[in-house]
Amino acid sequence: MSTVLTELSPLPRRENRAWKKLRANPAALVGFVLVAFFILIAIAAPILPIDSPIATSWTEVRKPPSALHWFGTDDIGRDILSRMIWGARASLLAGVISVAIAVALGVPLGVAAGYLRGWTDAAISRMTEALLAAPFLILAIALAAFLGPSLTNAMIAIGLSAMPVFIRLSRAQTMDVLTEDYVESAHAIGIGHVALVWRYILPNIFPPILVQATLSIANAIIAEASLSFLGLGQQPPAPSWGSMLNVAKNFLDQSPWMALWPGIAIFLVVLGFNLVGDGLRDALDPRDT
Amino acid sequence: MLGFILRRLLIAIPTILMISVFVFSLQKLLPGDPVLAMAGEERDPATIAFLRQKYHLNDPVPEQYARWVLAAAHGDLGISLRTNQPVLQLIEEKLPVTIQLAIMAMIVALVIGLPAGVLSAYRRNTWVDWLSNAVALSGLSIPNFWLGIMLILLVSVRLGWLPASGYVSPWVDPWRSIQVMLMPAFVLGTGLAASLMRHTRSAMLGVLKSDYVRTARAKGLSERSVLVKHALRNALVPVVTVTTLLFGELLGGAVLTEQIFTIPGFGKLVVDAVFTRDYAVVQGIVLCTGVAFIAMNLLADVAYRLLNPRMRDQ
Repeated sequence: MSTVLTELSPLPRRENRAWKKLRANPAALVGFVLVAFFILIAIAAPILPIDSPIATSWTEVRKPPSALHWFGTDDIGRDILSRMIWGARASLLAGVISVAIAVALGVPLGVAAGYLRGWTDAAISRMTEALLAAPFLILAIALAAFLGPSLTNAMIAIGLSAMPVFIRLSRAQTMDVLTEDYVESAHAIGIGHVALVWRYILPNIFPPILVQATLSIANAIIAEASLSFLGLGQQPPAPSWGSMLNVAKNFLDQSPWMALWPGIAIFLVVLGFNLVGDGLRDALDPRDT
Repeated sequence: MLGFILRRLLIAIPTILMISVFVFSLQKLLPGDPVLAMAGEERDPATIAFLRQKYHLNDPVPEQYARWVLAAAHGDLGISLRTNQPVLQLIEEKLPVTIQLAIMAMIVALVIGLPAGVLSAYRRNTWVDWLSNAVALSGLSIPNFWLGIMLILLVSVRLGWLPASGYVSPWVDPWRSIQVMLMPAFVLGTGLAASLMRHTRSAMLGVLKSDYVRTARAKGLSERSVLVKHALRNALVPVVTVTTLLFGELLGGAVLTEQIFTIPGFGKLVVDAVFTRDYAVVQGIVLCTGVAFIAMNLLADVAYRLLNPRMRDQ
């Protein structure tokens, strides 16, 4: 008997299986490389040998890409490459912080609704439906307008607008986990509510929330760029890809490079997060083992 | 069906009330005292007291909300500070422009997204599938305002094929109106096409595995007939509801598209209102889009029941 037991190979854990599937997914790997690249340049911005992103030069106004300015210069002679690198900070920061706000507010509310049910659930669900009813960008624009234009307020506005998705998701996942045998057993042996949520519910609803968070970062980066493009996000002279496009649209005919690079950067970083999110979803999907 | 619609309408009431609470709270987010801004430089105490009285700002907040929501229910969303027109009238004026843009964008999305989704599912794991997925993912990742800028640069500035901005009513010059709206509709439609392609592919994959499609093939029907008459018709049921729900995305996208192509619609109205601090207009727009979205949700539910015989009989 003991021989049989020792010969049995242990069941692969879900995390290991998921990790293996993720590593075998070339699209997800491309996504990881893209995201890692942008995170790296955003972190390294202060030590990179580049011009100041706000240093103007009236002799270098709207110069096309050259050996001196690889991506060209803008309407007041600032180096576009430098502004792109520093702009990555604003975009990534906005993406991550706004989703962190959405998760930090949305998940507890969703778990509370799914766990407590009754009036708590009804009130939170109606609030979620109301927030979902206003289109994401219009809601973010309205909030940013009332809070005042700044990157911080844009992040709060995007975070609040993205929150309902996390409430819905964690509510549904909590209700699903509550039907599992191990939760009923935990109830039966007298584990308290807080411990039950902390030890059994949160770890089990984590994978779908991680997938949604990754995909939401992609949306949040586009939303931040949109708000900055409209003048409601990062304020000048601080660089942001959206505000760079806002200026660039006035010089399309004379200086098209001003509009080219920020758009490509937004596209690549959003594509990266979308690829990672899709890869995580496939890897963590329990139906597809 | 009538009972179902009435039930759904009743459920919608608390949600609409919740939206109104949210929209009303927006003005409370404003930093500083709004009366001080209205009173001007001198800040005469008598003027301040008069303004507080006039706008009922001394009343308790619930009372202020009740007054505001009752007026809104009667179509009074306030007066625009910028144009001095009633907010509802402004929205009514701008809405047809955005509706035209939305309809044209939806046509673009359907023409690209549906066939791509069907083909991708039918040719699963072939180059057609991979290409469609790659294009769809790119469509979801490209910021539509940048796509708009690039198209203006290429199609209008460089090639001179289409006008870069402006608006012509279809009642005045239908052909010119389509020409002017073609590029904005394409920009707005591509993002939706990507979503639609993914939903259609997913629905088709489920349907193509079903017993009735296998039976249709076993009966010797042509592949085209199996695909169009049996598979697509059933796969369209969830796709129709998703299309209705894309309405929100469409309105959000219209804000930026109208800004880039200088189209005087609903989206441009909200941006202009934000920059002129015309808060009554911003509030009115959020409230109207919220209520419209709930109406679209209801429409999606009704469409789903009408298209799905199993749901209809319940």
